[in-house]
Amino acid sequence: MKMDLQLPDERGYFGRFGGRYVPETLMSALEELEEAYLAVREDPEFRRELDYYLKNYVGRPTPLYFAERLTKELGGARIFLKREDLNHTGAHKINNTIGQILLARRMGKKRIIAETGAGQHGVATATAAALFGLECVVYMGEEDMARQALNVFRMRLLGAEVASVTTGSKTLKDAMNEALRDWVTNVQTTYYLIGSVAGPHPYPMMVRDFQKIIGEETKEQIMACTAGRLPDYVLACVGGGSNSLGIFYSFLNDEEVRLIGVEAAGRGLATGLHAATLSCGRPGVLHGSFSYVLQDEDGQINLAHSISAGLDYPGVGPEHSFLKESGRVVYTAVTDEEALEAFCLLTRTEGILPALESAHALAQAVKMAPDLPPEQVIVVNLSGRGDKDVETVSKILEGKARVG
Amino acid sequence: MSAENRMKRKFDQLAAGKKKGLITYVMAGDPDLETTVRLAQTMEQAGADFIELGIPFSDPVADGAAIQKAAQRALERGVRMAQIIQAASQIRVRTQIPLILMTYYNPVVQYGREEFVRDAVGAGVDGLIVPDLPCEEAGPLLEVADSCGLALIPLVAPTTNERRLKKIGLCARGFVYCVSVTGVTGAREHISTDLGEFTARVRAQINLPLAIGFGIAGPRQAAQAAPFCDAVVVGSAIVNVVAEHGSLADFAVAKLIRDIKSALG
Repeated sequence: MKMDLQLPDERGYFGRFGGRYVPETLMSALEELEEAYLAVREDPEFRRELDYYLKNYVGRPTPLYFAERLTKELGGARIFLKREDLNHTGAHKINNTIGQILLARRMGKKRIIAETGAGQHGVATATAAALFGLECVVYMGEEDMARQALNVFRMRLLGAEVASVTTGSKTLKDAMNEALRDWVTNVQTTYYLIGSVAGPHPYPMMVRDFQKIIGEETKEQIMACTAGRLPDYVLACVGGGSNSLGIFYSFLNDEEVRLIGVEAAGRGLATGLHAATLSCGRPGVLHGSFSYVLQDEDGQINLAHSISAGLDYPGVGPEHSFLKESGRVVYTAVTDEEALEAFCLLTRTEGILPALESAHALAQAVKMAPDLPPEQVIVVNLSGRGDKDVETVSKILEGKARVG
Repeated sequence: MSAENRMKRKFDQLAAGKKKGLITYVMAGDPDLETTVRLAQTMEQAGADFIELGIPFSDPVADGAAIQKAAQRALERGVRMAQIIQAASQIRVRTQIPLILMTYYNPVVQYGREEFVRDAVGAGVDGLIVPDLPCEEAGPLLEVADSCGLALIPLVAPTTNERRLKKIGLCARGFVYCVSVTGVTGAREHISTDLGEFTARVRAQINLPLAIGFGIAGPRQAAQAAPFCDAVVVGSAIVNVVAEHGSLADFAVAKLIRDIKSALG
């Protein structure tokens, strides 16, 4: 099956998913944003500028690293890691924030707002805003601020205001609500820098475009390592879905490459305490697009649960919903426990602390690799580094040690 | 009487008497549906011309703090969509006042568009406002609503340009809800939008009655908006009174409505 790489259509739909479900106040701004983005997308000068910052500021290309000791430990398929954790600010998020901030500058916007879960997108936005001297407000759920205190401090050092969100679940979903309310109020002066492939059109398309460099590099790098052979599996974690779409996109029409999106199963899918939107949700409207959503019978949005703040989201980007229903990408889920084990395993075998988000993708590789022959290749998108999670992990491990 | 007729007749009556209409909003189920049904009658007796019934949603991005909290209270009390529609029919048994539901889109999608419109009309609802459903996405719901005679009322904002106003005009039914401020719902001290310029732009493109809402905190703001529209909408100010007085809010709500009504002249 050939995938249509021209999607979304002009109304912002990937099949039946996507669109623009926002208050009328924002519609003109979204039209203006789409027009501005489509113009820069074709503009070689913009591309040159973006490439300059990606190379000299972000540090791209990031390496594709053969995890030899991890591979030996698991005894099966060879595991390669796409080292997005080595980007400036420690995650893939900055690929998108640099792109969007350059766009915001072209549009003459002086004030940047963003939502953040784990704080990685907030840090990446605050960083890009600092680089260009723009005012920046980051909305973050109160609970996430407690879980990710280090990132809160980083954002403040970078000159951003971190606005605490105390409504609803006090996590990413509510931070996005609050950012949308700010945008509705300040739409004339403000650029809303969404960090995932979610939200109303054109965000899912635009964020994907800025992240697809991950897959483009990976494809070239893996073929250089394997004498021109494509990987058998590409694995990435899925919250809103930007790192996964970023690495999957270049492989969509390589049918021999199996693409696996890994959601957060939290304490287990059966407990209801998870963030596995594609595995357990139903299509609905949240944050401006029609996509899979965790919700109750009445369409009230359920709270998500995950050890990882970056995956703790009851929605998912509309293109993922489309890829799920088309069957091109398979979505699965791993538990907090499994992610934590993978976190420790990678740290011990390779000296790399993965973000808890990325540890979910890694946990899936840990499950699969032993059953696969050694000539097969698994690429895992190591979307971020785990320094931000050390405190969370230490609390859990100490707790276990006490119980044990 | 069919749905659109009740609203149209009310606007015709108001125009004939050179009066401005008053649309009053309460959150269904805050603090409970029994209170909601009674408040609807209280509001009519105090001078409301239309009742807008808010359906609580977990993620109301167009709403400010007052309505967010009211929705949260209603949901915590466990109010369900089917019960709200039933409450609408209880209101309808008691009065012929035009009745409008305001809901975000996802609860409608999950209930089923056809089923929702059918049940709402069956309960005697006349109009529907969906703040996160711009005209580009409204097609499927509009089709069902039109076929059942439920008016899908559009919102327009100060940021809505001429091209969009034209487009919205094609799918506007009942009246046009003019959002008085670039922002979310909530009572405000001042309305800084040039309402004369704004409503003139809307009237140039859409030939329907205009209501102005968002930010109408009391008599002063209502009087400021009245010359430019056919009706004003008061929401958060009433919701705040209900938040304070709970199931004993009737007296205070009636007073607020009488004050606003007399300011409308």
